[in-house]
Amino acid sequence: MILQELKYNESHEWARQEGDIVTIGISDYAQSEIQDIVYVELPEVGTELTQKTEFGVIESVKAAFDLYAPVSGEVIEVNESLLDAPEQVNESPYDDGWFLKIRITNPDELNELLDADSYQAHIEAEHA
Amino acid sequence: MKRTPLYQVHETLNAKFTEFGGWEMPLQYSSIVKEHLAVRSTVGLFDLSHMGEFEVHGQGANELVQKLSTNDVGRLTDGRVLYTLFCNETGGLVDDLLIYRHADNHYMLVVNAANIKKDFAWVETHNDTGAEIKDVSGNTALIALQGPKAIDILNPFVPERDVSEISFFRFVVDEVAGIPTTISRTGYTGETGFELYVNANRAEGLWNALYPIVIEADGQPVGLGARDTLRLEAGLRLYGVDMNDDTNPYEVGLSKFVKSKGRQFIGKGALLTQKKKGIAKQMIGFQMLDRAVARTGYAVYQEGEHIGSVTSGAPSPSLKCSIGFALVTSQTISEDDKIDIEIRSRMHPAKIVKVPFI
Repeated sequence: MILQELKYNESHEWARQEGDIVTIGISDYAQSEIQDIVYVELPEVGTELTQKTEFGVIESVKAAFDLYAPVSGEVIEVNESLLDAPEQVNESPYDDGWFLKIRITNPDELNELLDADSYQAHIEAEHA
Repeated sequence: MKRTPLYQVHETLNAKFTEFGGWEMPLQYSSIVKEHLAVRSTVGLFDLSHMGEFEVHGQGANELVQKLSTNDVGRLTDGRVLYTLFCNETGGLVDDLLIYRHADNHYMLVVNAANIKKDFAWVETHNDTGAEIKDVSGNTALIALQGPKAIDILNPFVPERDVSEISFFRFVVDEVAGIPTTISRTGYTGETGFELYVNANRAEGLWNALYPIVIEADGQPVGLGARDTLRLEAGLRLYGVDMNDDTNPYEVGLSKFVKSKGRQFIGKGALLTQKKKGIAKQMIGFQMLDRAVARTGYAVYQEGEHIGSVTSGAPSPSLKCSIGFALVTSQTISEDDKIDIEIRSRMHPAKIVKVPFI
C-alpha cells in the first residue's frame, strides 16, 4: 500500500508535511520486506538531520537496516512508544509506526522526493 | 549458485531466498518469527538438502572414521548416530558432523554444506585404510520434520513401525509414504523431530506428502532464518560462524565430544598439549538486558576491558530478548555476570546466561 498524500525516499522512508513540520516513517513495502521488526534506534529530540544521511537503525530478526532522512531539519518529537512496541512499524507503518517529527529547514527538499506514482515505479524497478 | 531438488517447490511457496555456503536456499516463507514459533509449538518442515553426505564402505571404513573423529566412533552400534568433530593436526576444527553407522563396514557422514569439498578432500587425503569413500551429496536430499507434533505427523506415513520408538540419535532405513528413507531421530532445533534422507529424485514426493499434513497441524515450512534462531536458542554452534579452522573444540565448549582415552585421532596430540597449557578462550552465552541486538563481530567488554567478540547473535522469538554466543579471553566470568556489548559505538548491557538458552 502506497499513500497518495506522502512523499518517499528511494530508501523507502516516507515524509508527511504539515506546515514546517514533517513526520517520518518507513513505507508499507519496506516493513513487509524487512519483517519481524524487534528494535528501533532513533536520534534524540534536538538532533539535526541532514537529507539522505543516516539517522537511525531498525533491526529485524535477521538483520539491521539503516534509516535515511528524507529531508533536513531538527528533531522535535520522537515516537517513544516504538521502544517498547517496535512491532507497530510492521502493523501500522503510516500511523502508529511513525519515527520522528522534524522542523524542516528547507521546504524545497520535499520536491526532490518521489511522489506516490514514482515511488511505485521505483519499487517495481527494484523488484525487476 | 547451487539449488536443491526442492527449489521449484520453494518458489511456488513464494519463499524469499538467500545465499548460504554457495547454495540458493529459502530464507523464509512467511516470517522468521512465525516459522520459529511453529517449530516450538507444533511442527516445521525444512529442506536441508544442501547438507553434504559421504558414504564410507569397506574393510577399512571403521578405522578411517575413527582416525578422523574426535568422538569415539567405537561407541556406535548399527543404527546409531554420533555427533562428532574433525580436527586438523593443530587441533583446529575442520568441521562438525554426524556419523551414521549402518554396519561396521558402512558409515554415512553428514557434513556442513559450505564444507563439502574441504571435508571430502580431508577424508580422501587420510584414507590409507582401503575404505571406499563416495560423496553422495548430489543425489541425496534431506528433509527435516521438527516440533512437538513431528511424531504424530510422521507415524501414518510409516505403516510398519511406530516412529516414537526410534530413540534420540538413532535411525532406521524404512519407507516414508512409500519412498525409501533413512529416518533419523536428530535435528538442529532443540525439539523432537526427524531428519529424513531420500534420493534426490524422490525429494519432491516426500515433501508433497508431508506438507499438507504439516499445514493442517498448524505447522509451517521453515527457512534458514528460523533454522538459525532455533539452533541458537537450543545452544547449538554453527560451523563457519561460531567456530572455524582456527578454533579448537575446548574454546567453543565442545570438549565433551573429544574422547582421547585409549584411542588415536588426528589432532589428538595438539589438543592434549593445548589442554595442558590451559585454554585461553571460552565460549559464553549472553542475553541482552535492553532491546538492542548484538550480532556477529560486535566487541564484548567486561568492566571496561575488551575481552572478545560476539560469534552469533539474534533476537530470540521464544524469549523476546536478544541472545548470542561470544568467544572471550576472560577466565573470571560466570553466570549472571554483567558484560557490555558495543553496538554502533554505544555500550549495551548484557549478562552471562546458561546454554541452552531455552
